[in-house]
Amino acid sequence: MHRIKKFFSALREDAAAVMRDPIQRRKFFKYLLIHLVVVTAALVCIYPLLRIFSVSLRPGDKLFSTDLSLIPDNATFVAYASLLKDTMFLRWLWNSLLITLATSFIGVSLASTAAYAFSRFRFPGKKAGLILLLSSQMIPAGMLILPLFLMIMKLKLMNTYLGMIIAYSVSSLPFSIWILKGYYDTIPRSLEEAALVDGTSQVGAFWRIILPLSTPALSIAFLFNFTTAWNEYLVARVVLFSSKQYTWTLGLFELQGQYITQWGMFAAGSMLVTIPVLAVFLYSSKWLISGLTLGSVKG
Amino acid sequence: MATVQFSGIVKKFGDNVVLNGVDVDIKDHEFVVIVGPSGCGKTTLLRMLAGLEEISGGEIQIDGLRVNELHPSKRQIAMVFQDYALYPHMTVEENMSFALRLRKTPKAEIDARVDEAASILQLKSFLKRMPKQLSGGQRQRVAIGRAIVRKPKVFLFDEPLSNLDAKLREEMRVEIAKLYQRLNATILYVTHDQVEAMTLAGRIVIMNKGIVQQVGSPIEVYRKPANLFVAGFIGSPTMNFMHGKLRLEGEHLRFTSGDIKLTIPPYLVHDPKKHDGREVSVGVRPDDVLVGRTAEGCSDKVDGVLEVCELLGHRENLYIKVGETRLQATVEAFFDRSPGSAVTVCFNYKNMHVFDKASEKRISE
Repeated sequence: MHRIKKFFSALREDAAAVMRDPIQRRKFFKYLLIHLVVVTAALVCIYPLLRIFSVSLRPGDKLFSTDLSLIPDNATFVAYASLLKDTMFLRWLWNSLLITLATSFIGVSLASTAAYAFSRFRFPGKKAGLILLLSSQMIPAGMLILPLFLMIMKLKLMNTYLGMIIAYSVSSLPFSIWILKGYYDTIPRSLEEAALVDGTSQVGAFWRIILPLSTPALSIAFLFNFTTAWNEYLVARVVLFSSKQYTWTLGLFELQGQYITQWGMFAAGSMLVTIPVLAVFLYSSKWLISGLTLGSVKG
Repeated sequence: MATVQFSGIVKKFGDNVVLNGVDVDIKDHEFVVIVGPSGCGKTTLLRMLAGLEEISGGEIQIDGLRVNELHPSKRQIAMVFQDYALYPHMTVEENMSFALRLRKTPKAEIDARVDEAASILQLKSFLKRMPKQLSGGQRQRVAIGRAIVRKPKVFLFDEPLSNLDAKLREEMRVEIAKLYQRLNATILYVTHDQVEAMTLAGRIVIMNKGIVQQVGSPIEVYRKPANLFVAGFIGSPTMNFMHGKLRLEGEHLRFTSGDIKLTIPPYLVHDPKKHDGREVSVGVRPDDVLVGRTAEGCSDKVDGVLEVCELLGHRENLYIKVGETRLQATVEAFFDRSPGSAVTVCFNYKNMHVFDKASEKRISE
C-alpha cells in the first residue's frame, strides 16, 4: 500500500514538472492529441469485429439485439459447433487455404523473376511494359470478370483449383512486380558483379545474393497475394459452382437462405477465417514494417 | 600468375566512344596502375577485363588466352570494388569463402585459406561479424581478403581507397604495397589519385578521353611527361604552363610569353633551327620555380608580384603574377615577403618541359 502511494505521489510530481515546463507541456498535449486520434481510429476499426464476435456467441440467430454487451447473456459456442459439424466449412477453409497458398507462391515466384528482369536488363518495351503493368491496376476488378470467365472456360478449368490459382496469381502480379522492382533497384549492382566474378552465373547471383537480400519486399508481395486471394469473392463466384469446390467466401454466403439467414454461423465463420490472415500478419510483421519503409532511404 | 594484353580495345555506349584503341601489355607479377580523370575510361577498361562490360572491338588476353567471350567466373580474376560490394547477408568468413564454396573446394582447404588471408589482413577477430558491423577500413580489408583467398591469376582493384578518409587511405595504401610484396601477383589498379599511382605502381598507364596518353614507370612519367595532359595531371601541386613562341636568336632559341623571356638551353631542345617560330607551351613544376634569394644567380630573371602565400608547414606555396601569367612556386617555409610585394623569379632549366602547342606533344629532351 505504501509503495502504491509512493508511486502515485511520484507520478503527481512528474506531471507537475511536465506542466511547469512550456516545452514539455506542448509535447504532452501534442502526444495526447496524437494518441486520442490513434485510439479513436483503432476503436472504429475494431468495433465491427467485436460486434461479429458478439453475434457469433448469441444463442439463436439474432443479428439485431438491443443488448450492447460484448459477451451476451447465455453466451454459447453452438454456432461454431454447428458450423463445423453441419456445414462443409472445414472443406471450404481447406479449399481457400490451398488456392491462396498456391497463388501466393506462384505469384511471388513469377513476380520476383519478372521484377529482376525489369530492374536489371535493358530490353525493348521495358518502359512500356512497366507502364502497362501499372495501368492494369487502374482497371476495376469487376471489369475483368468477363474476360477471366471466358479465358478459364476456354481452358476448360471451370470449377477447378487450377482455374482459380491462375486467375488469382495473374491478377496480383503487377503490384508484386512493381514492389519488387522498386526494391531490387536499391540493391547495388556491384553485389551481383562481385558474385559473377566470384564464380556464379547470372541466375546464381539472383538466387544467392538478390533473393536473400529481398526478403522484406518478398514478404510484402507474399502478404498482398495472400490477403487478396484469401478474401476474394467475385472471381470465385464466377469460376466455382459446386459447393464442394467453394472457397470460404462463397461458402459463408451459402448460409444466407432465401427466408432465413443463419447469422450466428455466419458470424462464427467470419471469426474463424481471420485466424490464418492474422497468423500470417503476425509472423511477418517484422518484415512488413522494415519492408514498408525500405527503399525510401538509400544506403 | 599471369600476363594481360589489351590490343586495340574499343568500347562504345551507343554513339559515345569511351575507349578508342587501347593497347597495354602487362607483364607477369607486375603492379600496373591505370590513372586518369573521371570519365577517361579507366574503370570501363578494368570492367572489360573482368567480363562485366562487353567489348566493342579489340582483344583481351589473359596468359595468351583470348577472354573476350569468356564469362567472368571463368577468367580466374578477382576484383575489389570501389564500394567494397560485400554480401550484406553473409558474415566476413562467408564473404571470404563464397567463391571457394561455389567451386566446392574441400572444407579443410577453405578454412586454411580463409585463415591465412585473415591473418595477413588482421581480420581474425572479425570473421563471425556481419559487414555492417565493420568500419570502412575493415570492410575494405574483407574485400581484399575475398580476393586473396581465390588465388586468382590477376587482381583487379577499382578505386579501392576512394571511400576512405585521408588517414585511412594512407594506411591502406601502405597495406596494399606490403600485400603486393608478399603475394607478388599481377595487379591492375585503377585510381584517379595520382599519389596512389605514383607510390604503388611499377608502371603507370595514364589515360584521358579513352586514349592511353603514356605508359611508363612513375619516375619516367614524372620526369618526362609525353604530352601536355600528362604533364598537367602528374605531380602535385600541378605544373606551371607558359604559352608563347620560340624564335631563333643567333645559335639559341628564345622563348617569349608576354613579359617572360627565356633562353632555351641547347641540351633541352635539340636542333634549334627546326623549332624557329613554333608556338609552344613551356612547363615548369612549382619546385623548379626559384624565387627570392635562390633566384639571385640566374641569368633570365623575370619580375613578378606575390599574390598569395600558403604555409603548409615545412614548405610554402607562393602564387606569383608575372604579366598576364600566374605561376605557382613551392619554396622553403617562412618565405619572408608579404603579399603584394615585388619578387624576382627564375626557373630551373634542367627540369623544364617544352611541348608543341598544336600537337601538345613533348619536344624537349
